Formats: sequence, C-alpha cells, structure tokens
Amino acid sequence: MRVVVAMSGGVDSAVAAARCVQAGHDVIGISLRLARDGNGSCCSLDDFHDAGAVAERLGFPHYVFDFRDVFERDVVRPFVAEYLAGRTPNPCARCNEHVKFGLLWRRARELGAARLATGHYARIGVDHESGRPLLRTAADATKDQTYFLFALTRADLERTLFPIGELTKDEVRSEARALGLPVAEKPDSMEVCFVPAGDAAGFVERHAAPEALRPGLVVDEAGREIGRHHGVHRFTVGQRRGLGVAGGARRYVKAIDAAAGTVTAAPAAALRASGLVARQVTWAAGHPPAHETSVAVRIRHRHAPMPARVAAVSPAEARVRFERPGPAVTPGQAAVFYRDDLVLGGGWIAEAIQ
Amino acid sequence: MRIYLDHNAGAPLRAEAREAMLRFLGVPGNPSSAHREGARARVAVEAARAEVAALIGARPAEVVFTSGATEANNLALRGLVRPPNGLVTTAIEHASVLETARALAADGAGLAVLPVDGEGRVRAGDVVAACAPATALVSVGLANGEVGSVAPVAAIAAGLRGTGMRLHTDAAQAAGRMPVDVRALGVDLLSLSAHKLGGPAGVGALWVSRGVALRPQTTGGPQERGRRAGTENVAGVVGFGEAARLARRELTLAAAHAARLVDRLWAGIQTRVPGAVRNGPASPPRSPNTLNVSFPGCRGESLVVLLDLAGIAVSAGSACAAGAAEPSHVLLAMGRDPETARSGLRLSVGAGTTDADVERVLVVLPELVAQIRRGAAA
Repeated sequence: MRVVVAMSGGVDSAVAAARCVQAGHDVIGISLRLARDGNGSCCSLDDFHDAGAVAERLGFPHYVFDFRDVFERDVVRPFVAEYLAGRTPNPCARCNEHVKFGLLWRRARELGAARLATGHYARIGVDHESGRPLLRTAADATKDQTYFLFALTRADLERTLFPIGELTKDEVRSEARALGLPVAEKPDSMEVCFVPAGDAAGFVERHAAPEALRPGLVVDEAGREIGRHHGVHRFTVGQRRGLGVAGGARRYVKAIDAAAGTVTAAPAAALRASGLVARQVTWAAGHPPAHETSVAVRIRHRHAPMPARVAAVSPAEARVRFERPGPAVTPGQAAVFYRDDLVLGGGWIAEAIQ
Repeated sequence: MRIYLDHNAGAPLRAEAREAMLRFLGVPGNPSSAHREGARARVAVEAARAEVAALIGARPAEVVFTSGATEANNLALRGLVRPPNGLVTTAIEHASVLETARALAADGAGLAVLPVDGEGRVRAGDVVAACAPATALVSVGLANGEVGSVAPVAAIAAGLRGTGMRLHTDAAQAAGRMPVDVRALGVDLLSLSAHKLGGPAGVGALWVSRGVALRPQTTGGPQERGRRAGTENVAGVVGFGEAARLARRELTLAAAHAARLVDRLWAGIQTRVPGAVRNGPASPPRSPNTLNVSFPGCRGESLVVLLDLAGIAVSAGSACAAGAAEPSHVLLAMGRDPETARSGLRLSVGAGTTDADVERVLVVLPELVAQIRRGAAA
C-alpha cells in the first residue's frame, strides 16, 4: 500500500515514517513549503534537509511541495482576519483541515497513495456498532493533539494513519535513536510555526492593511474609558498584559468589540464563564446528540478538559454549560468534546455565556 | 536503469572529461608557481582555455574562467554597469541575470526588463528601442533553458552597433547544442557553463571581447589577467576544456540527435496524451534538446514525483533550494496563467539519451498523466 507521510523535519513525523516503512508500506515522504517569508520556525531549508536525511536513512523517496499559496489563503489570511475581528485564531486546526488533510491528501491521491500518515499524537479507533472510524486521544496525554484534529471528517479518518499515537514522546525519541535518525534529539517546535518569536501582534501588523490597524479605548464593564490601546489585534480574552490600566485591582481582557474598537477589562472573577456557544460544529457520530449530553470540553490546547453538558441548538451549533464556572472563554478557539479518550465532536467558539 | 531527461539542469560528466580531470586530482600544482608542478598545471589550464575559446570562435586570451555561468553573469553585469548607468534585459533570463539586474537597480541602476511573446521570444527592435543613453549593457540570453526559445542576439547586436552599448549573452543553455560563434553573434561578452555540456559542475567562463573594460568583482592575485583573482580550479577547468572539445567536435551530430529525439517525444505525447500543450517555439529556431509541455488538469509537481518513482528524471517549473517547484517565471512571462506555469514539464535530452529512453517515456508518461487526472477529478 502506498502511503504519503507528511514530514515536517521533526522527530515525530520521522518516526511516523519509519513505522510506515516497518509496516511494509510503499512510503513517499513529502514536506510542505508553507510560510511565504521563511522567518518563522517552520519550513526552513534545514527542516527540509532534515526530512530528506531521514528519508535517505530509511530508504524512501522524499519531495518538497510548494504550498505557499494555499497556506496564505486558508491559514495566514484567516489568522490575520480573526485577530482583526477581535478573536483569537487557531491556525493549526485550520492548517490540518485545509492544508494537510485537504490539499496534501488530494496530492497524495494523485500520487496513488491509499493513506496519508502524519506525526500527530492522536489515535484512530473504530465504533464497533457502526464501523465508523473515531478520533481518540493519544496514549501520551501530555502530547495529545486531538484539539487540532477535531474537524477531520469520517472520510479523512478512514484514509489517515497516526503511527505514533500509541507512543510517548520519550518512546518516539528512543525509536529515533535506535534507528539512527539524525533528528532524534531535535527540539520540539513551539508556538505557531509561521509567527516568528510568538509575536502574533507583530505578525498581524506586518500582514494587515494599514487602515485595519486602529487604536481604540479600554473600557470597564460599565463602558467607561479607563485606557487606550493600539489595536484590538493585540489582545486575547483572559490576557492581562498590555492593557495599560494603572492602579486598582488586576484586570483582564473580558471582551473585544472589533467594530467599536473597544477592549473591555474586568477583574478575574468577571471572566468566569458559565458556558459557551460553538458554531461550525461537527459530530463524530455524523449527527448531533438528541439530548443534552455529559462531556469533557477542552477550550484551549493546553487546558485540561472540563466537565460540561452540551446540547445541539442546530446541526452545526451547540451550547455548552460548564459543570463549574470555567476560566476565560476565548472566541476563535476550538471547543472539543470528549468522552474518555473519544473525540465526540467540536466546533469554533463564537461567544462566552456569562 | 534510470532515464535522465534533465540535461538543462545539469548534464552527466563525460567519461573523457572525467579521465582528463583525474590526471590533475591528487597532485599538487598551482598554475602561478614557478616549478614543474606549476608549469604542468599552467599548460593544462591554457590548453583548456584554447578549447573553450575554440568552441565559441574566440581568442583564448579573452576567456575568463569562473565558478560557473552564474558567476560569469554576475561578473558581466556588475563588471560593466555602474549606477546610475543602467541595463536592459528580458523577463525570461536565468535568475543569475535577473536577480543581479534587480540588485543593481536597487543600487540605482536604470533597468528595463522586456516582455516576450507567447513562444518565449523577445523582439530585437524592442530591445534596441528600450536602450537609453545611460544604458551601459544589454543582456539577452541566447537559448532559454526552460522552453528552448532562441533570442535574436545577432539582430540586437546589429541594432546596437555604433551606440557604444555593450551586449552580453548567457549562452550556458546554447553551447554544445547549437552553433555559438561570438563574431557571428556580434556580442561583447558571453557566459558559459561546463556542466551543461558534459563538463564538471562548479566551472564556467565569461568571454570578454578585447577592449571591453571590465571591473573585476574578485580582487587579489593576477589570475585570469586580473579579471578574476583566485587560484584556478585546475581539474575543473581541464574537465571543462575536454567537454568543450567534445562538444565542438560532435555539435552537428549532437544537435541532430537531440532534435530527432525531441521530435519523437513530442509527436508521441501529442498522439498519446489528450490535451498536451507545448510551451515554447512551435518551429525553429529553438534549442533542439528541450521540450516543455503542459498537461491541463495534471500538476507538474505530481508528475515529476511519479516519473521519478518510475525511474525517469525530469523537472517542472523552477526549483527552489529545497527542490520544490515554483511557478516558472518564464511561462508566466509568456502569458501562461499561474496554474499552467506550475504544470509545465521540462524534458531535456543529451548525448546519452537513446530511442529506447524515449519509447519508455512514451509508455509511462500517458499512464501517469491519466492517473493524476483521475485523482484530481475524484
């Protein structure tokens, strides 16, 4: 079976490729040129050379495809637009959906591949009743990446392999060492790959139309001006830094109104949401649950899932009620619903319910 | 057995050139030294210079060895254009001309980049008309490496006669494939690359007509008559000389061989692959060894991969440092849309290409195009 392995140049995708070779697959490694100005931490020439060296070592062909146009259109521009709209985007999930499991899969199919393999920490199970593939969390809970994969469809999952989903990071590294892979000790990538030094605000300022960057007011919950800011794109809900509000109790960003250009600051207690509204929701079962359902919901990649009850408002919209008032809810991020290690579904956070 | 149809990216080293080079590897000998070892190297470099000069109908003293055509192009442009004086070139030049021209323009040089027609040809009259009093240099490549179009260099030279403007041509993709004679072309400077004609990579030459005042870009010792300092790459130069000798001797046969194979390829592709479109001149003059084809609905990138897996080496578009295909600036300049500019597949044959190779490509290629089209449509 021909398998295309998406190779970033890191150790995870290298070991994923090695496992495909060991499984007897006809492996083609492909790296993607994504960022237009290669000053982020991804897509550097070094990464391509690393991926090529791994392929050489394991004896399969490796190619680099130029995906800069689609990445710009489906990931970078929406990333900038989301910040300008007062939301906090999740570009990794979009990239997975549109670029890796979208366009790369289509290319892989042109190359005669039956499966696409990636180095994500996630697993694919099967629902024994329906035979449907189900997305499951990784064996290594600390590395689990299902938060960025919730939007994969049944068809996506049927043709996907996650060869390292049963491994811990330590096990991945020791497999890489045992195979003599030159990337065994390569550090993990962090942050958003195309944003240099994690400076999202600076990235937005370099890529937005100048007239879209407008200063505005910082207001309190009653709408009174308590400060000024240099643009809503510099803020994310729950953030404390950069508000420029002196004195009094510590305040955090509670809400962002991009149209008015205002950022609402409030004490921490006021940010505690009781739930959220999610849109563009997809369900692993193929349809929403008939009744309100108990789940664990994850609302940021690094947060632990929290107990909640979710009810479908419509096929693509859901309301989530936290069992206990949660931390700040950030519009633009994903809300992913779990039961044990199964991903039941997920969507994009439209707003918090206070 | 792999089939190599990417001679415009780099031709295999000729066995004779390799043999000649081996005699200068592992032995000392700086051509600037007084001793016998130095003398042996000096004699060999000068013999190679004579061979390279003979290939282009030039005097040996006018040949400056460089690290390749890229350095030769840099030396020609930077050696003659001093801002605010400017240069005129075309949109389909090799990056070593276009990027150097843009760098000079960023330093204040005037720059005109002329368009080409749908077959990749620039009009001589347009080039001459674009020249201004401050134009110091016109640089127009002789044969285009991507689509094989041939520029009217001699006509441009005739149009520039008496103006005092210098004319440079990058002949890296022409030498060894068609007659290249500096007097017949009427140029002042001409760039060559060894590895495009069966010599080693890392060696090239700039021919500089006597009387052209060139500012050296590398300063140091008196090598290359002060026009390019640095100890000569003796083995590389010797390999270049041998490849040039063979290219001159075999030119007529090689050109006929290449033209026949390319004609067979194109005829077969037309019959067996629906919708194939040839990019480049429909008729001569053109570089005889180059065939650039677009297959609508079939990404060049995917086709290069599948052909590679099937044992056939070709290229698509321009390659970045990592090997990823970018839209070809040549096809874009010829008016192709970006999608077509990404889909152009370049097959370039050489002395070692056989009829059996062509037949094999004509069996494999149609099936792979169909496979990709099925996948893209699904």
